[in-house]
Amino acid sequence: MHRVCAAIVGADDADDAWSETFLAALKAYPTIRPDSDVRAWLVTIAHRKAIDIYRARKRAPVPTESVPDRVAAEDVVPQRDDTLAAALRALPDKQRVAVACRYLADMAYRDIAELLGSNEAAARRSAADAIAALRRVYLTDSIEETS
Amino acid sequence: MTDRDLIAALPTPAPATLARLRDGLAERAAAEGLLDVAYRTVDSPVGTLLLAATPLGLTRVAYEREGHDAVLSRLAEQVSPRVLHAPARLDGAARELDEYFAGRRRVFDLPLDMRLAHGFRRTVLTHLRDIAYGSTESYAVVAAAAGSPAAVRAVGTACANNPLPVVVPCHRVVRSDGSSGQYLGGPEVKRQLLSLERAGILA
Repeated sequence: MHRVCAAIVGADDADDAWSETFLAALKAYPTIRPDSDVRAWLVTIAHRKAIDIYRARKRAPVPTESVPDRVAAEDVVPQRDDTLAAALRALPDKQRVAVACRYLADMAYRDIAELLGSNEAAARRSAADAIAALRRVYLTDSIEETS
Repeated sequence: MTDRDLIAALPTPAPATLARLRDGLAERAAAEGLLDVAYRTVDSPVGTLLLAATPLGLTRVAYEREGHDAVLSRLAEQVSPRVLHAPARLDGAARELDEYFAGRRRVFDLPLDMRLAHGFRRTVLTHLRDIAYGSTESYAVVAAAAGSPAAVRAVGTACANNPLPVVVPCHRVVRSDGSSGQYLGGPEVKRQLLSLERAGILA
């Protein structure tokens, strides 16, 4: 779920999105239908929280002096795949959400379409376009590393 | 490389990050009245024990052999699905259990939430709390004390389903012939607890 949040809102806001998502889920839990897909439901909440975070960012740009000047030691894990994460960040919103929902949360295209407010074919195409873009970046990166 | 492998190569959060986030979530949930069941585990000489508490008090103590995951699932069904790992609410219970197993505590002084026991079973468990440390009673004596002298078998069932073993001392109920009998933590653990209380040694 944390990776879904990171994919949708980016690494910097992933922790907040994760916390807000689960807190909202705890509040809403009694209203969930027993037969519904819990993961899809969580992702829907995460997506809504992501939109909230974007809006808040736009409304109140963070002043430079309040930017955290230290990073908790636990978070400094060298990631060979930062390039891939950066490429994911650079994707258009719909593609990024579609690929995260499909490959990190295993959601059905029908549910992804509902979340994106589009249709199943469009959701499928967004995920495929995203994969193609990421594959280009990842393969290029690997070739550079080995050469 | 499959599509799935490609996505699997995305960075994963550090375990410490997730642990910190879970703790933060538990704290906020508790502050907002959303933490219906807090749980933690404690190590003890009779294995790892699972402890769970509602805002009213300790509601469940479970031995490993009961299956901690299964116990948590049942708590989610029977009490509330808002079950979170939140050790703080159980600090007192963990400390008293430590003291008990070290032979330094004879009486548990904890708020209990007995919601998982109903009817006659609850009556039996309430009586068990009056059996003093180091002493025992037979199933028949407990049945009589609970107001149903013929319900000896039902007393056995109540003990076997005790949601709060150790704290509600069903291990102090033994067979009329003096043998210790069955126990939900296993007969060996029952023998150990009785030995601890009689001799001050957990043999």
